[in-house]
Amino acid sequence: MVLPDWLAEPGLNHFLVVGALLFSLGLLAVMTRRNLIMVLMGIELILNAANLNLVAFSRYGALALDGHLFALFVIIIAAAEAAVALAIALAIYNRFGTVDVEQLSDLRE
Amino acid sequence: MDLFAIVFYLFAILIVSTAAIMVFSKNIVYSAFALMFTLAGLAVFYALLFAGFVAVTQLLVYVGGILVLILFGVMLTTRGYFERVRIRTVYMLPSALFAGIIAVLLIAVFVTTDWTLAPLSEGDVTLAALGELLLTDFMLPFQVAGVLLLLAIIGAVLMAARKRGPLEKKGTVPDADKII
Repeated sequence: MVLPDWLAEPGLNHFLVVGALLFSLGLLAVMTRRNLIMVLMGIELILNAANLNLVAFSRYGALALDGHLFALFVIIIAAAEAAVALAIALAIYNRFGTVDVEQLSDLRE
Repeated sequence: MDLFAIVFYLFAILIVSTAAIMVFSKNIVYSAFALMFTLAGLAVFYALLFAGFVAVTQLLVYVGGILVLILFGVMLTTRGYFERVRIRTVYMLPSALFAGIIAVLLIAVFVTTDWTLAPLSEGDVTLAALGELLLTDFMLPFQVAGVLLLLAIIGAVLMAARKRGPLEKKGTVPDADKII
């Protein structure tokens, strides 16, 4: 199989394009989904897209090893965010009986 | 086409298609499992980019931790066994349009920009080098991350394990002091 050069050898741009697609899919999930958990999953997708870009720049760009460490810190923060956000979702569910974000417009019962 | 390209395209297709399944699936449990494949595929990408440690961390923290948390979240925010775990989708067309425009813009910027390239060689990425950076240049973020995790744990436990007061249990409206 003969491919043009820009297709045959994946480089920085290829990884960045995958990252961009992931980012827009995550954005779509955050905007269209009305379940709190689903919105969270969209945010995780966006964070992962950012991570992929950081690591790709670390590999091909002039970022040396810093990109890897940024990626590690992003993963740490994502873990903390997921734990707190799910605790909030649980508290909201216990109080309001739903996790539909459009019905959560009240500040109290 | 060498092995690197084959693996790249294989997993690029896997990642993007499972991410799309995650976004468009009507069933939130399917979404969570699709997200698992996306995250695992990304771990392979990190390995392709010489980031072995990030790949392992991705598998441990994301696939092993965050995804399980999300599945727990799905289970705990669902009424009973028989409720179908389905979710609403709103503003699909304008959002899809917006996300599409963002994607096209990003890709256009990425492709047209003349990046400064200084590729790493495989030998540069060692655990020793990462650990040294973590304890020198990144000392402060490293410590702050530890404190952040502790705070997150305490906060999550406090929020999730809080019992309702006696007044609230009877279904009466609680006063503001009780909530705080």
